Amino acid sequence: MLEKALVGSNKYWAWIFFLLGVITIGGLFYLYQFNYGLGATGMSRDVSWGIYIAQFTFMVGVAAGGVMLVLPYYIHDFKAFGKITILGEFMAIAAVAMCIMFITADLGQPMRIMNVLLHPTPHSMLFWDMIVLNGYLFLNAICGWVILNSHNKGVHYPHWVKPFIYLSIPWAFSIHTVTAFLYCGLPGRHFWLTAILAPRFLASAFAAGPSLLVLIAMVLKRVANFDAGDKAFQKLGTIITYAALANFFFLGLEFFVAYYSRIPGHMHTLDYLFWGLDGHNNLVLPMRFSLTIGLIATTMLLFPQIKRNEGTFALSCAMLFLSLWIDKGVGMVLGGFVPNPFDRVTEYYPTVIEIGISLAVWAAGALILTILYKIAISVQAKEA
Amino acid sequence: MDVKRRNFLKIAGLSAVAGLGASSAFTQLLKGNALASEEGAGGGETAAGHGAPEQGGHQEAETAFQYGMVIDIPKFAANKGLAEKCINACHYEHNVPDYGNPKDEIKWIWVDDYEHSFPDASQYKRNAGLNDLPVLLTCNHCANPPCVRACPTQATFKNDKGVVIMDFHRCIGCRFCMAACPYGARSFNWRNPREQYANGNYKFFKHGLNPNYPTRMRGVVEKCNFCPERLAVGKPPACVEATGDTKAMVFGNINDPNSEIAKVLNANFTIQRNSAAGTKPSVFYII
Repeated sequence: MLEKALVGSNKYWAWIFFLLGVITIGGLFYLYQFNYGLGATGMSRDVSWGIYIAQFTFMVGVAAGGVMLVLPYYIHDFKAFGKITILGEFMAIAAVAMCIMFITADLGQPMRIMNVLLHPTPHSMLFWDMIVLNGYLFLNAICGWVILNSHNKGVHYPHWVKPFIYLSIPWAFSIHTVTAFLYCGLPGRHFWLTAILAPRFLASAFAAGPSLLVLIAMVLKRVANFDAGDKAFQKLGTIITYAALANFFFLGLEFFVAYYSRIPGHMHTLDYLFWGLDGHNNLVLPMRFSLTIGLIATTMLLFPQIKRNEGTFALSCAMLFLSLWIDKGVGMVLGGFVPNPFDRVTEYYPTVIEIGISLAVWAAGALILTILYKIAISVQAKEA
Repeated sequence: MDVKRRNFLKIAGLSAVAGLGASSAFTQLLKGNALASEEGAGGGETAAGHGAPEQGGHQEAETAFQYGMVIDIPKFAANKGLAEKCINACHYEHNVPDYGNPKDEIKWIWVDDYEHSFPDASQYKRNAGLNDLPVLLTCNHCANPPCVRACPTQATFKNDKGVVIMDFHRCIGCRFCMAACPYGARSFNWRNPREQYANGNYKFFKHGLNPNYPTRMRGVVEKCNFCPERLAVGKPPACVEATGDTKAMVFGNINDPNSEIAKVLNANFTIQRNSAAGTKPSVFYII
């Protein structure tokens, strides 16, 4: 089926070469970082993880978000998701690939990455994260590819795929739970040391992932003549709304625990993120912006008229996605480091190198997504 | 109906399998946890009553041997420049690079004030002068180290003397241990510490190169290791040696009741950094 990605309009090829261009520039930046060391980034002794790990965490969520299509379609037989479930599975593949790239970009000694397999360490959450992420990549690749291949041949998919489909559902929850465990099991950092971190991660993932999918599906409607169907869009809108409500409810709980208990360690990071701490307030504006547009978008989604109008629906999804990206792709990781456990604040500024490499990973994810979607849409177009 | 029933049974079966897998993974986890703190286990007296609160049923077995250190802060305050002497001795001994900027900073032992060394201790109505004391900080070589638990390659591990060691050749530079350490004891080689001038001199070794200890490559984590290379030949750690006969630092096996350090711990009120984290630090402070 790969050959279907090799035929396309001029616009398709322009987009592909644009992405390749971004990847090449980012690749050169990575070469520089590889030779100089991670000192090429803005990270420091206090802020020892930066936007690479923050983006990684966010993308795990986007990957897990794919399950919000797989679950209704395969468990509840929700037929309206028939056309776009494959898009959810392929989005998960691209997102997990991005996760692996972000992790690799963040390693001080990337050539030694296989040490994780050579010296398996079950008491390290990173070991389990490797297992669940690679497992999820494998499951989605199997399910997506085999089902699409059957479509292409005009036959029903083989029965042996079913167990893999069912397994991929709890597995989606596991990837984001284990990713939360990376943070919430560390004794010195109060901001992350919360049992609600995994549920928060899942709620934001189930809002952000489907939001991104809605936006992509709307683009595909215009550029690829692919219509997911109004019923599918409306159902996704409902899923996004509930997940967003859960997300902001959980965030409210964090605020209550911190500010009602008045335990300094619990308040420090929230102080830093939303009000500024000891004169340091780099993230105050982005975090307040994130919270504001997130709440507005969630409120908008509660109105059926807004959800039914394509323009306003797209706007609310875009606002929500941006809100959750700032919250998790920036604030969550930096918040745990910038006010350090010793009541000191060390600000972090990502460098051009770091941003360039991150953009290249996003471009690489977009390239994988484009190729997979091109194949999927070509197959479905042939079928119709 | 029938088809749905079949599907349900399939899912139920799969969840059961997943559940079984999870439970065995959990026992694995617990085992790993115990391994991290039990290496070289076997009896030994405890030095209880110092620092870490009793932890109900979750108390790990004490290792027979646990190197530890008592740092006598008033003695450092009385001997101006002693703390710097310790730092210099350590950083020379281990070829710790000095890049001259806080972003790339690497430190194995350093000084901070009371407030930021013990932020969890009460700062409320703190007595005057307390915050002017030079508190010497380093790796706590915890009996229950979170960094060892976090490391995905066992590049950081506890040896049979209770010392938390780094294997620079296995470390992949993921820095999970730095996020896990509640004491900020770990530093990362953000850039190449071995950079040389044209004449062959090393750029970043402030005191020159110590040929008796290896240099590191960029991209790995490092920290205080209680000088195992010196202990092996019967010498005390470099910082302890630098304190001379001031007794500002006492080093030894905290689990041997006849050791000097056990006697000092028994005779003095000592505190530890963030003992509430349950890590059981092996560095004790006389304030």
